[in-house]
Amino acid sequence: MSMLIPFGPQHPVLPEPLQLRLEINDEKVISAMPVIGYVHRGLEKLAEQKDFQQDTYLIERVCGICSFIHSLTYCMGIEEMMNIPVPPRANYLRVVWSELHRMHSHLLALGLLADAFGFENLFMQLWQTREHVMDAMEATTGGRVMLGSCCIGGVRKDIDPGQAKFVLEQVAKVEKELKELVPVLLDDYGVKQRLVGVGVLDPQAAYSRGAVGPTLRGSGVRRDHRMTGYCAYGELGFEPVVRKECDCYARTDVRVGELYQSIDLVRRALAKLPDSELKTPFKGNPSGEVAVRAEQPRGEVLYYLRGNGTDKLDRLRVRTPTFANIAPLLGMLVGCNLADVAVIILSIDPCISCTER
Amino acid sequence: MMEIQEELTLENQLEKIASLMPRGYRFVTMTVVDDGQGFDIFYHFDLKYKLETLRLKLPYGASLPSISKACFAALIAENEIQDLFGITVTGLDIDYRMHMLLAEDAPVAPFCRVPGVGVSALKAETKSEGGAL
Amino acid sequence: MKLFTIFGNIVRNTIRGPVTRNYPAQVRDPFPGERGRLTIESDKCIYCGICAKKCPSNAIEVVRQPEKSWRFERFRCILCGSCVESCPKKCLHLVSRLEKE
Repeated sequence: MSMLIPFGPQHPVLPEPLQLRLEINDEKVISAMPVIGYVHRGLEKLAEQKDFQQDTYLIERVCGICSFIHSLTYCMGIEEMMNIPVPPRANYLRVVWSELHRMHSHLLALGLLADAFGFENLFMQLWQTREHVMDAMEATTGGRVMLGSCCIGGVRKDIDPGQAKFVLEQVAKVEKELKELVPVLLDDYGVKQRLVGVGVLDPQAAYSRGAVGPTLRGSGVRRDHRMTGYCAYGELGFEPVVRKECDCYARTDVRVGELYQSIDLVRRALAKLPDSELKTPFKGNPSGEVAVRAEQPRGEVLYYLRGNGTDKLDRLRVRTPTFANIAPLLGMLVGCNLADVAVIILSIDPCISCTER
Repeated sequence: MMEIQEELTLENQLEKIASLMPRGYRFVTMTVVDDGQGFDIFYHFDLKYKLETLRLKLPYGASLPSISKACFAALIAENEIQDLFGITVTGLDIDYRMHMLLAEDAPVAPFCRVPGVGVSALKAETKSEGGAL
Repeated sequence: MKLFTIFGNIVRNTIRGPVTRNYPAQVRDPFPGERGRLTIESDKCIYCGICAKKCPSNAIEVVRQPEKSWRFERFRCILCGSCVESCPKKCLHLVSRLEKE
């Protein structure tokens, strides 16, 4: 005798509206159907009506958590279409801001996951740690979330030595606080009871269903788009963080590992900043078509751009990582308990405003 | 620039894509572009960090067979193009019938550029109402 | 089996007190370069209209005939700074929101 329970769209643990229609039979989920479309804004159509340089600011506002990497991928696409070389200092600065964004996104995701199984104290402590990263971003660019510092051909602002010292101090504070909070997330008995063995996704299903990001790396598949070495990642050297347990605990472990890796990357990039100008001037309009990919905190993002020689783009298509992670999520939910549904949804780190643009 | 690996037709689309999956390709996404003469449908696949694209040219009014039997990950992308471009996709497992992203009273097929369909139709409507007032 | 791993954190927080500031009695100094709001030095402006063309959200309106005027809709501004960069006379500035008018 099965019942249909709607999970969402308003739910205390969900950061954004998403509805899942769960068919349950005595506390076990039999099937799940997603219903999205609550925050569809039609940004792809709006991007066709604005200048391709104004689109940088529009694309930043697709998502509030991974916003710099959206504008970075867009600028990389236009630079590839128009053959604009990016100066070395701009590449290193882009890496610094991308990794700061990745840190704040993972701290946010881990905090929300702690809230999902009821640990509000850990949620507040992790978001307090996130404030140090937001201060670092505000001191260097003037904005906490929407940085506005990536432009076509390079970056708009520089990081001078005083600001670099401030960023390193904030990152050191984050590392010190993480030393105290990570054992709570990974070693505590109560937390492990909620995370271990929940939401299992085996590697074959993860790959064939199109999972990306920590969802894929938590199942043992070694795939991270930063290995291709775009921006300055090739010069800095990079190894992806992979775990084999395939459950929510593994995905949390991957995110914690990536936090430490981002701290290390920020330090190395700021130490090796080369001297050059900040952006390359260019003339003309984009034409042709190009598809670029980058690694966001949640996975791999794909941008398809088509220009026709005028200053307005013909087509701009964004495929965000949560869009790809919804299909594996439906497989993970089958057979779990009703109390674990919130934990599983938050372990893939959903960003619904990215999914629906 | 993006290179097209292969051109598909409506007849061989399903078997070509079904033959890619066992070789280790991962489905990335589907993109639709409306270029005034018809729809260009791109299927993007990934193998070892290299992006491979297959293109299918679809005339206006034709319907597209779904690849979700071979590739479950394509389900959401196919529902999205049904909503936004008005292309009919046949054979879907979960079919939202043009209401996955759009509400009941939203403009139909907003991204489609056929004259009279989509956002341009809505704009023409509001202009004429404003003139009457 | 580790239990109560958060205990050290709780004890430290109880002794140290709250982390939050007593706003509005205590205000944090703004960071230099914070993008708070847009100001204009109106005697330097030549009403060329470049800022209105570059603005992504159409927040600036410049009229040249019959009388010159420069209007700015603050709630549309997204604080991107395109107008500041493109002004030929450099009369637009993004200042902190705590600075006096």
